[in-house]
Amino acid sequence: MAKSYVSATINGESSEFLCETQQTLLDVLRDVVGLTGSKEGCASGDCGACSVIMDGRLVCSCLVLGVEAEGTSITTIEGIATGEKLHPVQQKFLEHAALQCGFCTPGLIVATKALLDENPNPTETEARYWLAGNLCRCTGYDKVIRAVMDAAAELRGETVG
Amino acid sequence: MSSLSYAAPTSVDDAVKLLAGSSGLAKVLSGGTDLLVQLRSGRVKPELIVDTKKIPGIIGIREENGGFVIGAGTPGAVVEAHAGLTAAWPGLVEALDLIGSTQIQGRCSLAGNLCNGSPAADSVPALFAANAIAVVVGSKGRREIPVEQIPTGPGRTSLAKDEFILEFKLPPRPARSSDAYLRFIPRTEMDIAVVGCGVSLTLDAKGVCTAARVALGAVAPTVIMVPAAAAALIGHTLDADTLAKLDAAAQAAAKPISDKRGTIEYRTKIAGVLARRTAAIAFDRAAGIKNGKAH
Repeated sequence: MAKSYVSATINGESSEFLCETQQTLLDVLRDVVGLTGSKEGCASGDCGACSVIMDGRLVCSCLVLGVEAEGTSITTIEGIATGEKLHPVQQKFLEHAALQCGFCTPGLIVATKALLDENPNPTETEARYWLAGNLCRCTGYDKVIRAVMDAAAELRGETVG
Repeated sequence: MSSLSYAAPTSVDDAVKLLAGSSGLAKVLSGGTDLLVQLRSGRVKPELIVDTKKIPGIIGIREENGGFVIGAGTPGAVVEAHAGLTAAWPGLVEALDLIGSTQIQGRCSLAGNLCNGSPAADSVPALFAANAIAVVVGSKGRREIPVEQIPTGPGRTSLAKDEFILEFKLPPRPARSSDAYLRFIPRTEMDIAVVGCGVSLTLDAKGVCTAARVALGAVAPTVIMVPAAAAALIGHTLDADTLAKLDAAAQAAAKPISDKRGTIEYRTKIAGVLARRTAAIAFDRAAGIKNGKAH
């Protein structure tokens, strides 16, 4: 079976790869492009650990075919920080200890980035609903939500304590 | 490893030719939120995937002849963000918005939800109640059929191998018309309907219902229309007697199975309760009461 040639922009850089039709975008990111930050939890779109931003929309990369990435722009967890400088969402997850095992964290951070890009001032309820597709079995979510709300405040320029 | 081909045609004709020319199973890809799960599990083994998203018009919403036309592959997030559609058809929009998470909303579509053929599909009762028309394209040309003629059983549709849905047409809305969708799930988010109910209706100036359509999900092999429930509403205000007749009609139409989500008895009772609650919201919206849940 011939592989398809795909050209996409990944984390701001043009990227080219070959993939088979049945390979998901997650498979391609991890196994072909070498970006292993996005995680495979359920492989059925339920857990959100593979979340990426594709042409401005939050998606599960396990539910996108690699070939569908042709011509798109994709942001993965590796594209959230600026060089060595953590994004405020990442910094707040650390400060609030919003993780334990860390497996869901890349997806949660990407999903939070997408939330705050669209809605810089979410209510806690809005944040909880937005993140309902990101499962975490460690934190009980409260620390996650505190980090999200704090990151939102910081990004709005409202420095809290 | 089986060989699986992929094509992303940029015209209806090319897509139809690819589907017609496939010797084995060919699957139409919109958002893929069901198809990729089925591919992964091995439940479907196509030889060809035809990605329809590059076909002009298949993603997007436009107004035409006083009604709305929704591209078959338009993601839920795009539909939800459309202010005009949300004002005219809040029930359809809230039904589509109930599917999955934010991530799923970035991809899931009305056509995918309909053609996946789940009896519990959230957007389908609302689409049925809305009296939506599916514009189907195939080798024999283009035909327009009521959406309730598409699903024929769990996972099955009436579409031929070389056919797919291009868009949905929603009829013009008379004054004092609105709709609503409710599903019952035992949690607040991210679950599959135990029962779903869509109601679309029109009131006269005195608040009497002049037209209604009621559909139920998850109580039969397909989503079903319930004409007797609509008949209970038409000609009446939403008084206690009307609600009782609506409840009875919905329960009588429900022919559910018992499974892990609920028993036959439970689902039947819930069908009546949901019909009453959904109708109450639709009445309030049609009367101009915002976010009405007064009943």
